[in-house]
Amino acid sequence: MKVKFIEEKAVKVLMIGATLLVFGFVLSIIWTIVEKGWGAMSWDMITKLPGGGFYIGKEGGFLNAIVGSLYIVGWSTLLGLLISIPVVFYMNVYLKRDSKLGYVARLAYDILFGIPSIVYGAFGFSIMIYLGLRTSLLGGIIVVTLLIIPIFIRSMDEVARQFPRDILEAAYALGATRLETVNVVLRQIAPGIATATLLSIGRAIGDAAGVMFTAGYTDSIPTSFTQPAATLPLAVFFQMSSPVKEVQDRAYAAALVLTLIVLILSLAGRFITNRYSKNKIR
Amino acid sequence: MNSRILKDRTAGGVMFFLTIATLLLVFVMGIGLFIKSAPIFEEHSLRELIFSANWKPLKNEFGFLPFIMGTLWVTGLAILLAFPVALLTAVFLTEYAKPRVKRYVFPALDILAGLPSVIYGVWGTLLIVPWISTKLAPRFVEFSAGYTVLAGGIVLGVMILPLLVSLFIELFTSVPNELREASMSLGATKWQTSKFVMLRRTFPGIVAAVVLAISRAFGETIAVLMVCGNLPQMPGSIFDACYPLPALIANNYGEMLSLPNYEAALMFAALILFVVVLLFNLISRIVLYRIEKTFR
Repeated sequence: MKVKFIEEKAVKVLMIGATLLVFGFVLSIIWTIVEKGWGAMSWDMITKLPGGGFYIGKEGGFLNAIVGSLYIVGWSTLLGLLISIPVVFYMNVYLKRDSKLGYVARLAYDILFGIPSIVYGAFGFSIMIYLGLRTSLLGGIIVVTLLIIPIFIRSMDEVARQFPRDILEAAYALGATRLETVNVVLRQIAPGIATATLLSIGRAIGDAAGVMFTAGYTDSIPTSFTQPAATLPLAVFFQMSSPVKEVQDRAYAAALVLTLIVLILSLAGRFITNRYSKNKIR
Repeated sequence: MNSRILKDRTAGGVMFFLTIATLLLVFVMGIGLFIKSAPIFEEHSLRELIFSANWKPLKNEFGFLPFIMGTLWVTGLAILLAFPVALLTAVFLTEYAKPRVKRYVFPALDILAGLPSVIYGVWGTLLIVPWISTKLAPRFVEFSAGYTVLAGGIVLGVMILPLLVSLFIELFTSVPNELREASMSLGATKWQTSKFVMLRRTFPGIVAAVVLAISRAFGETIAVLMVCGNLPQMPGSIFDACYPLPALIANNYGEMLSLPNYEAALMFAALILFVVVLLFNLISRIVLYRIEKTFR
């Protein structure tokens, strides 16, 4: 057999090996979390607040972290959508295709996307000190919003850029202003908005470094924006470092909850892109 | 003026303002971090900060070298491990795999990309760290706790895999099919085509993608913090503990801020991360945009 065919075979084996390895990592991570977390899981974990002596292994759950995470994620997703939809609309309808501003803006959002969340956290915390704010729900919401805006904008923009110009021109020809095309555009990029939202929620709920200094940590559910809030990733992180086995178990249970949420989000994202891109005109 | 046109213009103005405001975040962040870390430059030179290995905040000595080296070791190892796997997977998925295979691999990559870093940290502590300390390390060194450069490198490597694979796939699919067909019709095998046509054609893009992945690995905090051991020392081998920059910030911020210059020192660490990530991202994104343009 010729050398090139042997090489072909060898490389193909390597490639399949590499792909299986990637698959193996996914299974290994999920299996580790599920195996450890399932044993530690109980109804109390997700329905109760930490009781007295929680951190030496006594009763209680991590409802505070679940609710805290939901507050932060909910508000920052809402704020993120309110800010990023107009930006995406502006970049794709008001600006021309080869606009300089559009180029610079996309570059800037890509860079912001790459900036580590710990830098956002440190920056956010110093701003909060400057404004006289303490670690609070509000601080966490602001930092997470800043963190997910670039993700929102760039992933929606990817979809909006595929948007056919002819549709816009058809709308203009009927006498619509640029603003009035908003209904047409939004309907077309709706699946894009949905997947971008799921992506951002996944990123927001899993982020620990950004909320570490800004949202703080507490055992109770925050009742106002100025109180600190616990979050799931930090619940995992802090409880993992405890020497008490019961507390560590709770970390695994919290990790399981977090993983399940992220898994559902990512599968839903795939589903939406596959299913609802049918109505799109290409 | 017609009220509809007025509305159109006003909305345009508001949206322009929003776009500029979010854009300016890059600059505000850079300037903010610089101002906050400025006090440390008054007493220490940049040279001393970066190349000194003395880290004694109590004595007002801030040498960042151990942390910078820690970050470089972990990041370097992660890229070294992830690059071949990602490249082979991407070539397989674009050139060889049937749609049925892709239907299973893409969701798996999605999941890998979506898992929070704290989950990677848990996985690393439960699986990789014990494996290193009981199985791997005893063959090479006398003792290792498992919380090492290697553990950080493996965990980070897995974390950047989905990013690398998706960037590579985007690059490879942008190569026009005619080029492949031309190469195949000359009798080249699939791998020869991939090697001599695709990989050569997309080489600048591959470099850019790797740079992007490096910058991602650079700033990763929680997962690395959980598996690296966090000892402020210069790592001598992959079985030593290390203390990367992001872990330094995460572990110490908010504490001991009464110490002179300590807050400024931590802000300086954030500034280093910011500048490195900014430059790497800027260069690689510009390269990637160029490639996208030339192919379309």
